[in-house]
Amino acid sequence: MSILVDKSTKVVVQGLTGEAGTIHGNGMLDYGTQVVAGVTPGKGGTSWESKKGAKVPVFNTVEEAVRRTGADASVVFVPGIAAADGVMEAAAAGIPLVVCITEGISIMDEVRLRAYLTRTKTRMIGPNCPGLITPGETKLGIMPGYIHKPGDIGVVSRSGTLTYEVVWQLSALGLGQSTAVGIGGDPVQGTDFVDVLELFNRDEKTRAVVMVGEIGGTMEEEAAEFIRKNVKKPVVAFIGGQTAPPGKRMGHAGAIIQGGKGTAAAKYEALQAAGVATVRSPAEIGRTMKARLEGKAP
Amino acid sequence: MNLHEFQAKEVFRKHGIAVPAGIAAETPDQAAVAFQKLGVPVAVVKAQIHAGGRGKGTFYESDLKTVRLQGGVKLVRTATEAKDMASKILGFPLVTKQTGPQGRVVRRVYVEAGCEIDRELYLGIVLDRKAGRPVVMASREGGMEIEEVAERNPEAILKETFDIGHGLQAYQARRLAFGMGLSGESFKQYAKIVGQLCRLYVERDCSLLEVNPLVVTKQGTVLALDAKMGVDERAIDLKKQPELEPLRDVEEEDPVEHEATSYGLNYVSMEGNIGCMVNGAGLAMATMDIIKQAGGAPANFLDVGGGANKDQVKKAFKLLLANGSVRALFINIFGGILRCDVLAQGIVDAVKEVKVSVPVVVRLEGTNVEMGREILKGSGLEITAASDMADGARKAIEAAGLKK
Repeated sequence: MSILVDKSTKVVVQGLTGEAGTIHGNGMLDYGTQVVAGVTPGKGGTSWESKKGAKVPVFNTVEEAVRRTGADASVVFVPGIAAADGVMEAAAAGIPLVVCITEGISIMDEVRLRAYLTRTKTRMIGPNCPGLITPGETKLGIMPGYIHKPGDIGVVSRSGTLTYEVVWQLSALGLGQSTAVGIGGDPVQGTDFVDVLELFNRDEKTRAVVMVGEIGGTMEEEAAEFIRKNVKKPVVAFIGGQTAPPGKRMGHAGAIIQGGKGTAAAKYEALQAAGVATVRSPAEIGRTMKARLEGKAP
Repeated sequence: MNLHEFQAKEVFRKHGIAVPAGIAAETPDQAAVAFQKLGVPVAVVKAQIHAGGRGKGTFYESDLKTVRLQGGVKLVRTATEAKDMASKILGFPLVTKQTGPQGRVVRRVYVEAGCEIDRELYLGIVLDRKAGRPVVMASREGGMEIEEVAERNPEAILKETFDIGHGLQAYQARRLAFGMGLSGESFKQYAKIVGQLCRLYVERDCSLLEVNPLVVTKQGTVLALDAKMGVDERAIDLKKQPELEPLRDVEEEDPVEHEATSYGLNYVSMEGNIGCMVNGAGLAMATMDIIKQAGGAPANFLDVGGGANKDQVKKAFKLLLANGSVRALFINIFGGILRCDVLAQGIVDAVKEVKVSVPVVVRLEGTNVEMGREILKGSGLEITAASDMADGARKAIEAAGLKK
């Protein structure tokens, strides 16, 4: 078991024929993901060929791609100016899971997108995220697949490369992952920590969860509240940006301390109060999980 | 991207939002002419910088030691007074609660018609991240910082979130106007202005819109006496707001941060002396944290991004070294899309070309890491390899001579 995606997931890639779509279309196929369709308006009827010679049909619309291939998830590599439209198109076509990799969508478009999606049954992961992976089965995203190992640790993170770092630490200690989800670094997201924690909590295969938060917003505090009330599984949490100056955006659009709110200290405090094993050093996340599972950490 | 008050008020005017008459001036003579053009008995000369707290700020001589003048907002009654005041302000640093001790040099003043204030209110619009929609915040305590009010008396802040497709509804505007204790003509004007500001916020891709104070004059007119407007950088990057683009004032931005942006790098200056170069924002923040935990201080945040090329790595080196207080560099890379061999070659080329004068510690992990390490080792350059993040932070601090 895993959450959200597994080897049966059929993926349509929006923007497959573009530069990023081509690189990661290949990456996903190499990992074993069922990439069944591509969508590029104006290139319908053609096909996209992977480096290894696999041919994937390209459609003009997501609706047609779904109708012809039965795709049940989409990965969006559409440029920022059109990405929100791309996600809406996927939702309108009835796709239940849309992973939006695109970075740099305007905040107002993200607000519009969020409002649109609340009227649909579609879950969006992202935007501005590395995607998600169920190791050994499928990946919908841009992460280096080989660092992951199948296992029973759930990983959820607002970051990209820091998620890779955490996964790498876990794998090196023999702790495989059930599913690793990058929810993205933007201020308005489709899926938050609580959503993913809820899924991991219900997932029988997931034994424990690593959560990687960062400064800005209140998502970690909400997660702490949820954990306190609902989660019996061990949770290890790290918060990035402990040294970040207030009022400055630290790369991610959402990583900013505003009006004294959104500090790492406040998030750590809330998580600790919820019984989460918090870790201050980013080099100790894997080891903290291992100790926790062996009953050695608080 | 932030706008100056005088620019924001120009945008307000275009959107039909009432503001007092005013003219921006860059010289004392222009300030005198502005006063005459306004033709009012009393005007206010306001220093234009991208920071709040101007009214309570202090002007210093250029040495930043001697106090020159208190207050960045001054009343004047004649053209000569306007000219004199402008000459006292222009070219000197203004230090406020928000500028830091170095202050900001004032390059422009805004000469604005004075008005008789009956009441000062607060109005702000920001993104409510949890709700995923904008929220209007209103309070009766105009002139106070909203964070202070929120701390002291949170019930005094009224909030209305709205759907950007539908806009703020009339009943919401009324609720705010009633909450401000308004009636009659000023009630109507207030409700109208709130609605207009919400439209402006959405149409202009604002990240922040703040009118503090929004005043009710003795004549009952509602006016935006101050205007703070922030625009979403991404909307600017995506060319969604071509009319606002020319309003960027690079003089108000950190020059290094601005240069970094033009290379597609994310850079934030810090006070420390360990320069960091990292791929990915989360890992970059974590790298700063681990440097601090190891007993050092990061000189910056620098995210070279997921797909950095050789040229960007070179530019990143130049940026880091331009900071004179940097005593060692810590490069922390987790190769995903960005392969370690490509990055290692970039580092080697850059170190040779840029003449790096401080010790360099590199931690590489991820895609093609073995190839990357070989390239570094075979380069003949003095680059210290680190086995993991913690080791890298430790070695960088040692190399900087901060700890033995």
